[in-house]
Amino acid sequence: MADLSVNICGIESPNPFWLASAPPTNTGDQIARAFDAGWGGAVWKTLGVPVENTYSRYSSVDINGSKMMGLNNIELITDRSLEVNLIEIEDVKRRYPDNAVIVSLMVESNPEAWDSIIKQVEQAGADGIELNFGCPHGMSERGMGAAVGQVPEYTCDITIWAKESATVPVFVKLTPNITDIRVAARAAKRGGADAVSLINTINSITGVDLDSFTPRPVVGNQSSHGGYCGPAVKPIALNMVASIAADPDTADLPISGIGGIETWQDVAEYILLGSTTIQVCTAVMHYGYRIVEGMHEGLSNYLDSKGMASVNELRGRSVDRVTSWENLDINYIVKAEIDQEKCIGCGLCYIACEDGAHQAIGAKATKDGKTEVWIKTDDCVGCNLCSLVCPVAGCISMVEQDVGQTSMSWVEYSSDEPPGELIPRPKHGVTTRG
Amino acid sequence: MGMSQTMSAPTAGSSLAPKPTMTLDEALVEAHRCLMCWDAPCIKACPTDIDVPQFIKRIANGDLVGSARTILDANILGASCARVCPTEMLCAGACVLNDLHERPIDIGRLQAFATDDVVFGDVEIFSKAEPTGNTVAVVGAGPAGLSCAAELAKLGHEVVVYDANEKPGGLNTYGVASYKMDIPTSLAEVEFIKGLGVEIRSGVSVGSDVTIESLISDHDAVFLGVGLGGVPALDLEGEDLPGVADALDFIADVRAGSVDLSGETVAVIGGGNTAIDAVTQASMLGADRVYLVYRRGPEQMGSYAHDVERARQNGVEFVHWVSPVRLEGVDAVDGLVVERTVLSDDGKLSTVPETESRIEATVVLRATGQAKRTSFFSGIDGVAIDAGGRVVVDDSFRTDNPSIWAGGDCVNGGKEVVNAVQHGKLAGRDIDEKLRAVAAMT
Repeated sequence: MADLSVNICGIESPNPFWLASAPPTNTGDQIARAFDAGWGGAVWKTLGVPVENTYSRYSSVDINGSKMMGLNNIELITDRSLEVNLIEIEDVKRRYPDNAVIVSLMVESNPEAWDSIIKQVEQAGADGIELNFGCPHGMSERGMGAAVGQVPEYTCDITIWAKESATVPVFVKLTPNITDIRVAARAAKRGGADAVSLINTINSITGVDLDSFTPRPVVGNQSSHGGYCGPAVKPIALNMVASIAADPDTADLPISGIGGIETWQDVAEYILLGSTTIQVCTAVMHYGYRIVEGMHEGLSNYLDSKGMASVNELRGRSVDRVTSWENLDINYIVKAEIDQEKCIGCGLCYIACEDGAHQAIGAKATKDGKTEVWIKTDDCVGCNLCSLVCPVAGCISMVEQDVGQTSMSWVEYSSDEPPGELIPRPKHGVTTRG
Repeated sequence: MGMSQTMSAPTAGSSLAPKPTMTLDEALVEAHRCLMCWDAPCIKACPTDIDVPQFIKRIANGDLVGSARTILDANILGASCARVCPTEMLCAGACVLNDLHERPIDIGRLQAFATDDVVFGDVEIFSKAEPTGNTVAVVGAGPAGLSCAAELAKLGHEVVVYDANEKPGGLNTYGVASYKMDIPTSLAEVEFIKGLGVEIRSGVSVGSDVTIESLISDHDAVFLGVGLGGVPALDLEGEDLPGVADALDFIADVRAGSVDLSGETVAVIGGGNTAIDAVTQASMLGADRVYLVYRRGPEQMGSYAHDVERARQNGVEFVHWVSPVRLEGVDAVDGLVVERTVLSDDGKLSTVPETESRIEATVVLRATGQAKRTSFFSGIDGVAIDAGGRVVVDDSFRTDNPSIWAGGDCVNGGKEVVNAVQHGKLAGRDIDEKLRAVAAMT
C-alpha cells in the first residue's frame, strides 16, 4: 500500500482527497460524516456575512442520458451564522485532529473585516484559510468573489491583508473567468499566498426551458448566470493547473486542484499536472461521500503498479510534458490501424473521417448489411478521430511509424538550418478520389 | 382426461397479454444505447426501409412527433409491425451490438413507443394532399391493402377498401398470436388509417357480393391484397371428427377470447409460424399437454428460433419425424395416429412401414400451410398466377391487367406483415405515378 499522506504548505493531510467549499461542506455534521467516509480534508463552505439564497439554485447538463455532466449553481456563500459555524469548526477539529480543516472566507474589501474573521476561525482551530476570490455570481455584484479575482491588484492587496492577520497558511482560490490564469496566480503569490486552489466555477447558462423560454435554473420567470462545474469542466481546469505549475514565476506555489474530479484517475491526472491535494464537489453532490472509497483504493493500487511508495512521487511528473505547439515533433507519425477481428461494422469511423476529418477510410456494405472499413494509409494524417469514435475497445489503434525520420519541431523546421527533412503530409482535395 | 392440473405446462411467460409499452425513461435509456451506425444494418434489414437510427435518435432528443413521422412515412403500420415483426430476424438481428457481446437495441418496443401517440392518440402528423379526383379500389383490409390505401389517401386519391371479414385488419386482427398484439390494437390502427381518408367496406366479398369487373369500371385502379385462404384439409380418415380444426380458425377464436383448453391435450400438425403460434397459445390457455407434430426435424422448421424457444418455455413437446396417418375417436377426436418418416439420401421424405404410434389428443389443429386463392385469381382477366399459386407482378406490383396491382401474401406466398406493408406502399406509389401520368396526358 502506497503512502497517500501529503503535506501542503505545512498542512498535513492523511490523503490528498479534500472536499471543496460548497454544499457538501455546509455543516459540521456533514464534514464529520465525510471524514468518517475517508476524506482527508475539507474546505468549509465560505463564511462571511450570512446571505439569503433563492430557493431554486442548481441546474445541470445531461449528455446522451448521462446525468449531470455539468452542474451549475447560483447559490451564494453560507446562509448560517458565523457563531454556529465557529462552534462546529471547533467541534470537528476536536473530533478529527488528523484531518485538514480549511475555512473558506469572503468578506467586504477592507482589512478590518478580513482581520476579524480570520482571527475568529483561527481561534476555532482552522488548519488554514482559503480566500474565495472566485464566486462568479451574486457575491461578485457586491464587490466580492470574482470581482476581486478578476483584478490582479485586488487579489494581491487582499492576500497581503490576509497574510498580515493569519498565522495559518493562506490559500487563494482562483476564478477561471479570466483570460490567463497565470496572471491571477502570480498576483496571489506576490501577495504572499501559501497555495492556490483552482478552478472555481465558470460563468454559465446551462440551457433554456423551451416551453417557458426561461433559462435554467428557473427562478419565477427569470434566471441568472451561474457557476459551472462537474465533469464537463475538468479539461479546462487541468489546463489551468498545468499552466501555473509550468510557469517559472509560480512553479513552487502549491496547488489544490479542483474541477470535475470523480475517480482516482481524475485525481492522478491532477497530481501529475502539479496538484498536491485535490478538491471535490459535484461528484459528492451526485453520489455522496462514499465515492472517496474508490479513490483510496484506486490511487493506491495505481501507485503500487508504478512502484511508487508515496503519492508525492507522482506529483508534477507530467508538467514538463506540456509544451508550446511550436516545440512539438512535427515528424512524429502515427497512422490508424483497424483490427478487423474486433470490428463490428458500425461504420462510425468511416463517416467521421469522411465528413469530419480527412477522407482516409474506405467503406463498403457487406452481405449482412454491415459496413466493412479500411484505412487508406497513404491518406491518413493520424488525427486520432476514428479511434475516438470507435465504440469497440482496442479496435482502432494509432500506430507509430518509423521511416527513419529525424524528429523536428516547428521552430527547428523554420530555422536557417533544419536538422532534417520534413516528412511529407497526405494532401487532400488535390488528387482524384479512388 | 387422466392428466391432473399439476402436470400442466409451466407458466413462464404464460400471459396472453402483449408486453406493455415502454415508459419514457425506459425508452430514453434504450435510445441512448443506439450507436447511430453509418449506413446502418438495421435499416437494410427492414423490409420497409425504416430509418431506424434516425427515429431512435429523435426519441433520445425528445422529438416524438419527428420520430413517429420517420417510422410512419416508411411504414404506415409501424405500430403493429413494432409488435408482430420477428425483429430478432430483422432489425434487431442485424444490430451491430450483437457483435459487441451486448443486447441489441430493442427496436420493436422503441418503435411502439414512438408511434403509439400518433396511431392510437390524437397527435396528427399527416396533412391531407390536394384531391386528385381519382378513385382506387383496394381488395382486402389486411396489411397490404391498408398500406396501399393509406399511401394513396396521403397522395390525395379517394380510396375504398373492400373486405370480406366482419372486422378489418386481416391477419393483424384475426391471425397474429395474442401475446404479440390484441384485437383492439389492430382495430385502433385501422381507425388511424381511416382517419387519413380511407373508406372501408367490411363484410363485402369481392367475387360474390361485388364483381371485380364492376370495381374496375367504377375505379381508376384496383389493388389486390387478398392474402391467402384457410388451411386445406389433409384428407385423413377421421378428419371431420369434432375437435379437429384449422389452426388459423383456432387462433382467431383465441383472439376473440372464446377458447378454454383446460383439461385438453392438443396436437398441432405443422412446423411453421402458425404451428408455433398455435402450440404456444394452446399452452398459455391451460391445455394439459401440447404437442407440435412435424414430419421433419428441428432444422427444417419454418418457424423462428425465438418463437420455438418461447414454445419450449411454455412446456410444448416437439414430436419430429412423424407424419399423420389418421384421426381416431367416436363422438370426438381422442387420438392422432402417426408413422415415422425418414429422409433418403436424395432428400426425399418417405414414411416407414409398420411404425404407427398414437398420440392422445382431444384437440388436433392443422397448421400445414395456407391455401392459395387460385380460383379467385383465375377468374380475373390478365392476372396470372405461377406454379406456386402466387400472383405474378412486376417490380412495381403491376399485373398484366393494366388496371390491377397486387401485393402481400397473395404475391409472396405468405410472409411477414412488414413485407405486405412494403408491397402495398410501393404499389400505392406506382398507382399514384401512373394515375398522375394519365391525368397529365389528358
